[in-house]
Amino acid sequence: MTFAAMFFYLFATLAIGSAIMVIFARNPVHSVLFLILTFVNASGLFVLLGAEFLAMILLVVYVGAVAVLFLFVVMMLDIDVAKMREGFLNYMPIGMAVGALLLAEMVLVYGSWTIAPEAMKLIVSPIPTGDVTNTEALGLLIYTKYIYFFQAAGMVLLVAMIGAIVLTLRHKPNVKRQNIADQVARNPKTAIEIKDVKPGQGL
Amino acid sequence: MIELLITLALIALHSVAILVVLLVLIAYLIYADRKIWAAVQIRRGPNVVGAFGLLQSFADMLKFVTKEVIIPDGSNKVIFLMAPLVSSILALSTWAVIPVSAGWAVANLNVGILFVFAISSLEVFGVILGGWASNSKYPFLGALRSAAQMVSYEVSIGFVIITVLLCAGSLNLTEIVMSQATGLGTNMGMPQSFLDWYWLPLFPMFIIFFISALAETNRPPFDLPEAESELVAGFMVEYSSTPYLLFMLGEYVAITLMCAMTTILFLGGWLPPIDIAPFNWIPGVIWFLIKFCAVFFMFAMVKAFVPRYRYDQLMRLGWKVFLPISLFWVVVTAGALLYFGWAP
Repeated sequence: MTFAAMFFYLFATLAIGSAIMVIFARNPVHSVLFLILTFVNASGLFVLLGAEFLAMILLVVYVGAVAVLFLFVVMMLDIDVAKMREGFLNYMPIGMAVGALLLAEMVLVYGSWTIAPEAMKLIVSPIPTGDVTNTEALGLLIYTKYIYFFQAAGMVLLVAMIGAIVLTLRHKPNVKRQNIADQVARNPKTAIEIKDVKPGQGL
Repeated sequence: MIELLITLALIALHSVAILVVLLVLIAYLIYADRKIWAAVQIRRGPNVVGAFGLLQSFADMLKFVTKEVIIPDGSNKVIFLMAPLVSSILALSTWAVIPVSAGWAVANLNVGILFVFAISSLEVFGVILGGWASNSKYPFLGALRSAAQMVSYEVSIGFVIITVLLCAGSLNLTEIVMSQATGLGTNMGMPQSFLDWYWLPLFPMFIIFFISALAETNRPPFDLPEAESELVAGFMVEYSSTPYLLFMLGEYVAITLMCAMTTILFLGGWLPPIDIAPFNWIPGVIWFLIKFCAVFFMFAMVKAFVPRYRYDQLMRLGWKVFLPISLFWVVVTAGALLYFGWAP
C-alpha cells in the first residue's frame, strides 16, 4: 500500500465516520463539530486528488465561514433534546413511511443509472500537466469558457443576500445611532463652551 | 521504504527545529512586548527574574504548568480541553509553510498563502469552542464577539492578499518574495532596493493589512473578546494553568504569523533593503528577522498607544471602510496590471 493510499483510507474513513456522527451525536453543537471534521477530511481528499486550490477554498469558505455561522446559530438555540424526543414513538410510523419512500426512489433511480460513454473522456482530459498549476487551470476555465455561468451564480448569490437583508432590516424609531462623520467633525469650538464664573455667584 | 523513512525523519527534524526556534522567539517577544508597553507608560516592566528580567517568560511558563487545572463543573469537558489545543496547534501548523529565507521552509506549498489563510480562518474555532464549553456568561459573550470580529476582518485580509497575488502572479510564498526583487525602483534604473517591495505601490493595502492583522489576532485596540473592563477576560475566564497557557501561546503564535506575513507580502521577506555590499553579505534569515521584529515593534506600540475600540466602531471599520476600499483596490490593481501589461 502506498503512502497516498494510506492517507486516502484515513481521510475517507474519518469523513464517513464523522458524517455518521453528525446525525447520531446527541448534542447539536457536537453535530456541527463533526460536520466540520467531515469538511476537513473532504479537503484532505481533495489534496490527495491534486486539487489543492479546491481543498484550501473548501477550508476557507465552508469551515472558516459557513460552519462558524452554523455554530453561532446552533449555540444560540436553546435545544432541549429530551423534549424533542417526547413524541418520538407517535411520529415513528410517519417517519418510517417517508424514509421507505425515499429509499425506494433512490433504489429506482440508481437501478437505472448508467455511466455516459463521454464521462470517461472527461476524466482523462482536464488534469493539467506541465507548468500550469491547477489554480491557473481552474481560473482559465472559469473566466473564459464558463464565464456566464460563473457570473449567473454570483448574481443568484447577490439576490439571495439582498433578499435576506430586506427581510431582516427594520428601522426602529427610538434607537440612538452614532453618526461617525458628526463625531469626527466636532472641534473644541462646537463641543466646549467657556463661561466666566464670577466668584461667589455661580451660574 | 528507507527513502520514505528518511524523508519523514527530515520533515520531523525541520518541524522540531522551527518549533524550538519559534517558542524561544515567542518567549522573548512576550518579554519585549511587556518591556515596550512598560517603557511607553514610564514603568520598568519585568526586571526581576534573570538579568534585566530576561528569564521572566520562562518563569511564567513554569508557573502556569505547575498550577492546578480547574475544569468548571457544568462545562463540556472534552471540548473545554480541546479548545486551547485547537487554538495553539492550528497556529503552530501554519509556520510549516512560512519561508524565512530562500528555500528555508518545512513545506514549500504551491498554494502556501491559501494554506496560511485557511488555517488562520480556522483559528476562530478555538475561541468559540472555549467560550461555549465554559458554560458561563462572560466567556460566551466574549466568544460571540470574537467570532463576529475575526470573520469580518478575514474578508478584508482576503482582498489584500488577492491584490498581492495579482502583482506576484503566484500563490507560493517563496515566489511572492522573489517577485519583489524587481519593481518600481528597478524600473527607474536603481539597484534592487526596498523601493521594489509591495509596500510602496500597494501602500493603502499595507495599512489595511496591518490593521486587519491586529483585529484578526485580537490585539489591542481590537481586543474586545477579552475586554477586561466588561467581560473579565472574555473567552478565557474559566481557564487556568496549562490550558490558559496554550491559549496565550496560540495567540502569540498567531501574532508572529501575522508579522511574518506582513514581512513576506509587503516588506520583501528575506531580501536586503539595498542589494549592494555590505548589505547583501548578510544572510537572508537575518534580514527576515530584522523586518519581523520591526513589524512586531509596531504591534507592541499600537498596543501601548491606542485606546480600545467600541464594538460598533470595530464592525463599522471592518465592513464599511476596509471592505469597500480593499475591494476597490483589487479592481484598480487588476485594471492597471492589465492596461499597462504588467501582469506576470
